[in-house]
Parts: sequence; C-alpha cells; structure tokens
Amino acid sequence: MKILVCISKTPDTTAKIAFTDNNKKFATEGVQWIINPYDEWYALVRAIELKEKDPSLVLHLITVATADSDPIIRKALALGGDEAIRVNADSQDSFYVASQIAAVAKSGAYDLVFTGKETIDYNGSSVGGMVAELLDLPYISLATKFELAGTTVTVTREIEGGEETDEGQLPIVVSCEKGVAEQRIPNMKGIMSARTKPLKVVDPTPVEALTSVVAFELPPAKAGVKLVPADNPAELVRLLHEEAKLI
Amino acid sequence: MSVLVFVDHIDGHVKKASLEAMCYGTKLAENLGLECAGILLGTVSEDLAGLGKYGPKKIYQVKNESLNQLEARLDTKVLAEAVKSSGAKVIIFAHNPSGKAIAPRLSARLKAGLVSGAVSLPDTSNGFVVKKNVFSGKAFAHVNVTTDIKIISLIPNSYPITTSAAQAEVIDLSIQPDSPRVKTGTVSKSSGEIPLTEAEVVVSGGRGLKGPENWGMIEELAKLLHAATACSRPVADAHWRPHNEHVGQTGITIAPNLYIAIGISGAIQHLAGVNRSKVIVVINKDPEAPFFKAADYGIVGDAFEVVPKLIEAVKKMQGIS
Ligand SMILES: Cc1cc2nc3c(=O)[nH]c(=O)nc-3n(C[C@H](O)[C@H](O)[C@H](O)COP(=O)(O)OP(=O)(O)OC[C@H]3O[C@@H](n4cnc5c(N)ncnc54)[C@H](O)[C@@H]3O)c2cc1C
Ligand SMILES: Nc1ncnc2c1ncn2[C@@H]1O[C@H](COP(=O)(O)O)[C@@H](O)[C@H]1O
Repeated sequence: MKILVCISKTPDTTAKIAFTDNNKKFATEGVQWIINPYDEWYALVRAIELKEKDPSLVLHLITVATADSDPIIRKALALGGDEAIRVNADSQDSFYVASQIAAVAKSGAYDLVFTGKETIDYNGSSVGGMVAELLDLPYISLATKFELAGTTVTVTREIEGGEETDEGQLPIVVSCEKGVAEQRIPNMKGIMSARTKPLKVVDPTPVEALTSVVAFELPPAKAGVKLVPADNPAELVRLLHEEAKLI
Repeated sequence: MSVLVFVDHIDGHVKKASLEAMCYGTKLAENLGLECAGILLGTVSEDLAGLGKYGPKKIYQVKNESLNQLEARLDTKVLAEAVKSSGAKVIIFAHNPSGKAIAPRLSARLKAGLVSGAVSLPDTSNGFVVKKNVFSGKAFAHVNVTTDIKIISLIPNSYPITTSAAQAEVIDLSIQPDSPRVKTGTVSKSSGEIPLTEAEVVVSGGRGLKGPENWGMIEELAKLLHAATACSRPVADAHWRPHNEHVGQTGITIAPNLYIAIGISGAIQHLAGVNRSKVIVVINKDPEAPFFKAADYGIVGDAFEVVPKLIEAVKKMQGIS
C-alpha cells in the first residue's frame, strides 16, 4: 500500500500581501513561507496516522517546486513520511502542477493520493480533481473524515450546509479539509530524522499550462467605520434598513 | 456555439448558486455573441422550462436518476459529451462543493483552462481574462485562459440574479453514464436552514461570547434576519460550534451582503475569509479591536447588552413587537 501526499508552500497567513512589477508579481520580500495548512494539518497528518496504524504502508510526499521549497518539504518530512519527491519546476498553473503529480503517481503506482482542499494563496481547489481525471481515478473532494479498511475507503465530505458519507475503493484521490485530522507539532526526533530522509529531485514532464496570471489587484480600502452608540442599536437597524438597504 | 452552465441541484431543487451562474452565463453569452444553455444531470421536481427566466435559451437534461448524486468521474464524462454535442465554448460552474469536484476534472479531460473562484465577468477585450479570488480574499488575480474551450467556476453571491418572463426549450440528451465507482451514502444536514456559502446575511460569533451556552442570541438574531450562523476558528476548535461554521483563511470563505461579527477580534486569518462581504458590522467591547478597521458599521460595547437590544430593534422594525 502506497500513499502520496501533495505538499505545497504558501506565504504565512500573516504575510503582507503586496505586488511588484506593475502588479504582475507577488512581493516575496520578508515573506515567511509555510506548508499550506490544508496539506500539513489534514492531508499529511491523516496519512501519518494511517502509517502509524500500519507501519508497512509506504508514505511519500510530493511537491512541484524549485529548490527554494526544500526547507518546506523537509519540514513536512519532520512530521512524517518515508521520502519526498520534488518535481523541479515552477508551479505554472493548476493543470501543469496536476500533470506533474499525475505522472509521478502513475509511475509510482500509488493507491491513495491525498491533497489539501485548496492552497491558501491561489485558492484553486483544482489540483486534486485534475490529478484524479488524469489518472482516471475516482475523486472525493472536501473530505472531513477519512477511514480506510482493507481497500475500502469511507469518506465524509462537505456539501452545502451539511455532510455526506461516501464509500469508494482504492486507488482513489481525496482532498482533505478540517476534521480529517488534528494539527501536530513536529518533535525533535522527527526534525533530526527528516535531515536524512531521501528527497528525490525529478525533472518535470513537458506540458503546456492552460492559464496564466496577467495581473494582481488589492481590494479597495474600506471608507472607515461608522460607529453607533452602544445604548442605541435601533440606530444600527435604521442604518442597515434605510442606508445600506440590507435588512 | 454556446456558453453552457452546469445546473446543480439538491433534494430536487436547483441551487441558488446555479441560478446566479445562469444569469452570469447569460450575460457572458450576450457579450460574446453566443447563446446560453444550461445542463442538468439527473432529475428535479421543478419545471425546467421555467429556468428560462434566468436567461438560458435551452436547458439540456440527461434524465437519469443515477446522476442525482454527485460522482465526479461519471459526471465529468457525461458533461464532456454534452460539451461536444452542444458546441460549448465556455462552461460555467458554481464554485461550490459540486463545482469544486467536477470543474477541475472537466478541465483536465478537455484540456480547457479553468479559472476557479471567479468574482466577475471575463474581460474579453484582450484575450479572455477572468478576475478571481486569491490569497483567501486578500487579493484578486486576473487570469488569462489561453485554450479554445474555457471553464469558469463562479463564487456564490458574486453575481446578481435577474429574471424575465422567458421560457427555455428543454432538450433531452441521451448519454448513458458508466457505473459509479463511489457509493454515495447518508447525508447529514447541519442545524441551520440556510447554507452558509449561499447566505445573503451571516451572523457570526467569536470567543468574546464566552461559551456555547450563549449562542441563543446569535441564533435568534440570525433567524430574524434570515441569516446563516458562522464562527471564528477558536470557537469551532473548542467545539462550541460545528466545524462547518468556521470561516476564515483555514475555514470557509464567504461573501454575503451583510456580515455581522460579534465578539470577534478580526485577526488577519479571520478577515481573509469574510472581507469580501459587501457590508460588515462589528460588535466588540474593545474599541481597538482590529475588526473595526474592516467594518462599515460598528458598535463598541458588551455583546451581552447590545445584542438583546439589537434583537428588539429588529423585531420592532419588522413589526413583530
Ligand atoms: C495559520 C492560522 C490560520 C488561522 N485561520 C483562521 C481562520 O480561518 N478563521 C479564524 O477565525 N481564525 C483563524 N486563525 C486564528 C486567528 O489568528 C485568531 O486567533 C482568531 O480568529 C481569534 O478568534 P476570536 O476573534 O473569536 O477570539 P479573540 O481573538 O479572543 O477575540 C475575542 C474578541 O471578543 C471581544 N470581546 C470579549 N468579550 C466581549 C463582550 N462581552 N462583548 C463584545 N466583545 C467582546 C474581545 O475584545 C476580542 O476582540 C488562524 C490562525 C493561524 C495561525
Ligand atoms: N505545487 C504543488 N505541489 C504539490 N502539490 C500541490 C501544489 N499545488 C497544489 N498542490 C496540492 O493541491 C491542493 C489544491 O491546490 P489548489 O488547486 O491550488 O487549490 C493543495 O492543497 C496541495 O495538496
């Protein structure tokens, strides 16, 4: 049984979002990078839990990124996993990334591919579904619970205003969100052993991206808050009714 | 050639996010000189010709009850055939759980560029450039799609619904789906009647409310305003409220018309999930709470005093008491 967990890096959640080059590039100066929270807290931790239950299971991590992502992938290895694979390329767009992951997943004959629900910088929610399609595998997205028994997976997934529980068979692709696992902190042993775990660098397969970002834009600043006295919420109701016309 | 809108449904009814997608698709088709059509997989209880009032001239239906449940792999194959037979150039999804499952698959299958989480109509003056949400609501990206066929998923509550008296022509498409490889099972609905992602008004509570026992007033206010309820992350982490109410950078991203934040400090990760709300109201006892900088209206005061009074004032306006 082989599991592949997709790991991406994103700016720290408190990073200042700004752009350079005529709003064409994200300003990376001073930005701290983290493992995308959905990948780290949910997908990776759930995979580690599966391996703790069944140590014979092989757990690999994959990232599509250039060498400056190595610290991030080592950090992920410090949490767990046997080895990491880095496809040495810029993540041009979701399709490009998914094609790289699918190629590795296919040649490595993985039974289970985990992704995060979405990257918190590009917010695509796309890579998992694309990987599944490229491998012609079933895909269960937005998982909030994941159980594995033999080759049967039972997954609870988010739907509008509720949840649905589905059943599928390996091999399968699953995107993970809150609920699937609880965030962990790497321990010293993990950090030390991560240094010696293999990090394989592979060349990308040639594919064309289907989209490109032409520019970024920041949302307009708010005009400023209109304060209403605490003893007069009726005035707030009047403003929302008459001025904002929302209630 | 057409703009094809995926018409998503649940419990026999077309989802509101798909009504928005139809209006969006109709306007886009008009801008491109194309026709807008909808495609519905499975069956619903409402009259499909009536969907014409949201703009589509045609509604294709693959009438097969096995398609009522989402199975992204099957649905994608069926849609790919429908795209071919209808000559669709642009396919529109709602950026909701179904859209997030199917749109990327269809994109990979057709090698059609996808812009997910779009917030407005494409600019076609120089290419096909779609504005989308990035950095979890902290910014937008303008993304150019370079492929012949294009796919867009539209964030719910980003495009207004307008209606006319028109009727659509309903066309049966006979496409035989494969057998499913995922068995869909039990559905559990959360307590709120209005799904958070579709809600026009959201009342949200944070750690300032002290404990789950104090959510009665939040629910009462929400009910009066036909609002969904939401919460900050620590509130969900402490199990005061269910996970699916947690909004923010690592929870659900929402853009209601009105977001009322009560006892929430307004941390950057919380703001990320809600700052595209059209109007934000903040009730917090600390005048220095960062949320006030992102707010349109605010009350500096104790929630336990302010909210009951607010409820009374709403009732009075609605003529309930
Ligand atoms: C990687 C990462 C991701 C995160 N993702 C999210 C996310 O997705 N969503 C999210 O919400 N948070 C997220 N957080 C947490 C975030 O940083 C804040 O800790 C959190 O939003 C604070 O929640 P809160 O405002 O409810 O609580 P607090 O920060 O404790 O604020 C409580 C507020 O209530 C006010 N208050 C107290 N008593 C009263 C009263 N009686 N009446 C009125 N007001 C009162 C206080 O003045 C205070 O402003 C994330 C953090 C990290 C590090
Ligand atoms: N460059 C990448 N390398 C590896 N995995 C990625 C990469 N980008 C995205 N992913 C995975 O795909 C998920 C969804 O990403 P996205 O479609 O960009 O929102 C993420 O949570 C990751 O698990």
